[in-house]
Amino acid sequence: MVVLNVIIVVFLIVCAVAIGKIKDLIGAVILFSAYSLMMSVLWLILNTPDVAITEASIGAGVTSILFFAVISKTRRHES
Amino acid sequence: MTMNDIIVKTITRIVLPFAQLYGVFVILNGHISPGGGFAGGAILGTTLILYTLVFGRKKGSKKFSHRASEIAESGGIMLFILIGLIGLMLGGSFLTNLDAGFPAGELGSILSGGMIPLLMIAIGIKVTSTMINLFNLLIDEGVHS
Repeated sequence: MVVLNVIIVVFLIVCAVAIGKIKDLIGAVILFSAYSLMMSVLWLILNTPDVAITEASIGAGVTSILFFAVISKTRRHES
Repeated sequence: MTMNDIIVKTITRIVLPFAQLYGVFVILNGHISPGGGFAGGAILGTTLILYTLVFGRKKGSKKFSHRASEIAESGGIMLFILIGLIGLMLGGSFLTNLDAGFPAGELGSILSGGMIPLLMIAIGIKVTSTMINLFNLLIDEGVHS
């Protein structure tokens, strides 16, 4: 179980750094969605299913849809 | 803003009722299992956003209009405050549960925990309408380049 935890945490760190580095905003939103999904798996391993459900529906669902709606109104690439 | 892809439309038609049923399940089982009003309301709101995304703003607002969403948003929080005030009137503090005479019910069933299921339903209505309202506000906004 510890190995799985370490793998997920490394994935989360890589995702977080990549979100800051990437120039394509749609790519950033997709990375953020993957980050949220892995985070909800980590919450489930840490025995908090309540937070896991909320993270999966808010972080991976609603937030990315709202970000996509905003990007469709503005520019896709960061200058 | 409409998608004309037949695969997306068909999959949405099939998946939507199950997702909405799951949202209602999470809301109603909020006090005996993980989840609750906020998470279930977010799931229900996401299904409404999905419908609006796939079938367009006009059809979406026919299902859940701006007026209905305003009434649901204010009504949900009013219901929450009203239930809280019942506890205040019956001689306790705000949101007094069992001491104010709400029935305890059978342990582990949906009708248990006094007023908690009613509070969960109120929060679910509020969060659902807030989600669809946020999305509609963002979509209706004019394009700024």
